[in-house]
Amino acid sequence: MDITTQTSASPPPPAPLSPAEQKRAARAATRPGDRIFLGLSRGSGIFLLVIMAAIAVFLTWRAVLALSENEGNFFTTFEWNPTGNPPVFGIAVLAFGTIVSSIIAMAIAVPVAVGIALFLTHYAPRRLSGPIAYVIDLLAAVPSIVYGLWGALFLVPKLEGLYGWLDDYLGWTGILAWQGGAPRSLFTVGILLAIMILPIITNVSREVFRQVPQSHQEAALALGATRWEVIRMAVLPFGRSGIISASMLGLGRALGETMAVAMVLSPLFDIQVSLLDFGGGTFAQNIASKFGEASVMGQDALIASGLVLFVITLLVNGAARMIIARRKEFSGANA
Amino acid sequence: MSHATLPDRRSSLRGASLPKWFPWAAAAGSIALGLGISAAAGLQSDIQWGLIAAVLFVIGTYAVASKVEGRRQAKDRVATSLVWVAFILAVVPLASLVYETVKRGVKVLDGYFLSHSMGVVGDAEPGGGIYHALLGTLQQVGIATAIAVPVGVLTAIYLVEYGRGKLARAVTFFVDVMTGIPSIVAGLFILSIWIVTFGMGQSGFAGAMALTILMLPTVVRSTEEMLKLVPNELREASLALGVPKWRTILKVVLPTSIGGIATGVMLSIARITGETAPLLMLVWTTPWINANPFDGPQGSLPVYIYLQYQSSAGVGPGYDRAWAGALTLIAFIMILNLAARGIARWKAPKTGR
Repeated sequence: MDITTQTSASPPPPAPLSPAEQKRAARAATRPGDRIFLGLSRGSGIFLLVIMAAIAVFLTWRAVLALSENEGNFFTTFEWNPTGNPPVFGIAVLAFGTIVSSIIAMAIAVPVAVGIALFLTHYAPRRLSGPIAYVIDLLAAVPSIVYGLWGALFLVPKLEGLYGWLDDYLGWTGILAWQGGAPRSLFTVGILLAIMILPIITNVSREVFRQVPQSHQEAALALGATRWEVIRMAVLPFGRSGIISASMLGLGRALGETMAVAMVLSPLFDIQVSLLDFGGGTFAQNIASKFGEASVMGQDALIASGLVLFVITLLVNGAARMIIARRKEFSGANA
Repeated sequence: MSHATLPDRRSSLRGASLPKWFPWAAAAGSIALGLGISAAAGLQSDIQWGLIAAVLFVIGTYAVASKVEGRRQAKDRVATSLVWVAFILAVVPLASLVYETVKRGVKVLDGYFLSHSMGVVGDAEPGGGIYHALLGTLQQVGIATAIAVPVGVLTAIYLVEYGRGKLARAVTFFVDVMTGIPSIVAGLFILSIWIVTFGMGQSGFAGAMALTILMLPTVVRSTEEMLKLVPNELREASLALGVPKWRTILKVVLPTSIGGIATGVMLSIARITGETAPLLMLVWTTPWINANPFDGPQGSLPVYIYLQYQSSAGVGPGYDRAWAGALTLIAFIMILNLAARGIARWKAPKTGR
């Protein structure tokens, strides 16, 4: 990289130049082709920044328009009625649903995904691990609408038995009580989201586990460690930040997931104590299902909730990227 | 059982160990037990016996191994069995997803289905097809690709070949951030600027713009990675011959990395082809064939699947059509993926010299 810079910047040689040479050097530095190309590529980069800025500006602008009309408290109102007179809407239910379903998804997906990643890098026979990794890569590309279709028509009926079970043994907690409706609840959404974000968490963790220095693992083995002890002493500590950032990338996906949630959840604009009873909602699901019948005011209210989602995902993804970037620096010294 | 499996101790340095077939036997035993328990208790769901079997497998392995081999080995065996259980837990739903889609999709998927629209077919009637949706999806994705690829590749060139300083750092950061934008937010943005502010109607082009926003960051990212793999010696050789920088990039750097760039582009096309939420807002749908992406609602495959599912409520011809649409969509995406990987293998950038 550095060498290219020097060549392209054509540094002036120390010896005094003849006028002809000076002229040629100046022309080389500012060839029209070079200038046009630099302008085009820099322009593309700036265009990208402009889009990001425009997203923030336009969403904020529409959101402010809606919020100035809102008679309820945007953060604590348990109601979504932006077309009423006066308009009242709040995101409390949506924030609750989004966070709860994402937490359930993370609680299931992260351990399983780390398990699969370990399986692929340290347990599976080599002949098997290549094709399996390939298949998991492909599954990451299955669109959410197909997951939604599968979840609504196949997973939901299968979950009734499990729900009855949870209600029988853990119903006394209140959180896992079930009144016997269709299992289209936040809990089901969490399970489906977990399945959807498995591939991405697996892929990123696998990459990290693969980078664990062989010498660390061999050192542990030489001390007589079992395979599990090697993983606990050498692999997991090295991969910890990688696992965290992989989980946060998965979390970012789970937070913004729309269609699968909209197809599986039976929404109800209320916070339920029990996670197994249908009802609740998420930001993205609410936008998708309310959008059709929304007036301009209704659309602006949905945009306001979209802005909140945008900010949350920005924070989560930004944090994940920062952890990855920090890790790159210190693992570079290792390589 | 543990007595029978104790091997003879040939050396005092080796502790007792379980035979190689032990994990398989334990797995088979716990599956049989799980099935037995669920049959005895009358549990009707597959998920339950699976969970019982998994728990029995892990606990049984620990109990037997800690008796025969000692605690450290037992922990190792439990970790191994947990990892296997995690793997199977994940593979089962993913395999079932693919299996169900294929099984239910092939029912109505044929040449007629691919070449006819839903124009004169009611939601509850059999027949009809996805021609209008395929056409719309191809046009919308095509427009998005036509905008996102040049802009994305040029941005990546800027970052790798020119970029230093504040602007490049800002672009890198925001490309990362952009990767995480939920598709519904991209849809809301185009809605607020194109439909609410400029007063344009729903059209395929509006949807394509939202898809562009979703596609751009992945194109930039993958192209950047590929350009970084091009060895510096190639650039220097070209520059040393007096070739201008822009021609060096166009004639040396890009051709060297074109395979990887094509792979990245195809993977990002595969990613946006299944996006539903922004299209639902910005394009909506029509049962008729609308070949003009700049005017009026247009069909698209993901929205078609969603609406067929919604109108059919789980039974009837609409339900079959939804699965057949899903199968077509998955097949399309998988073919793109496989082709992309094929190109990647075939035109792998030659590092070193």
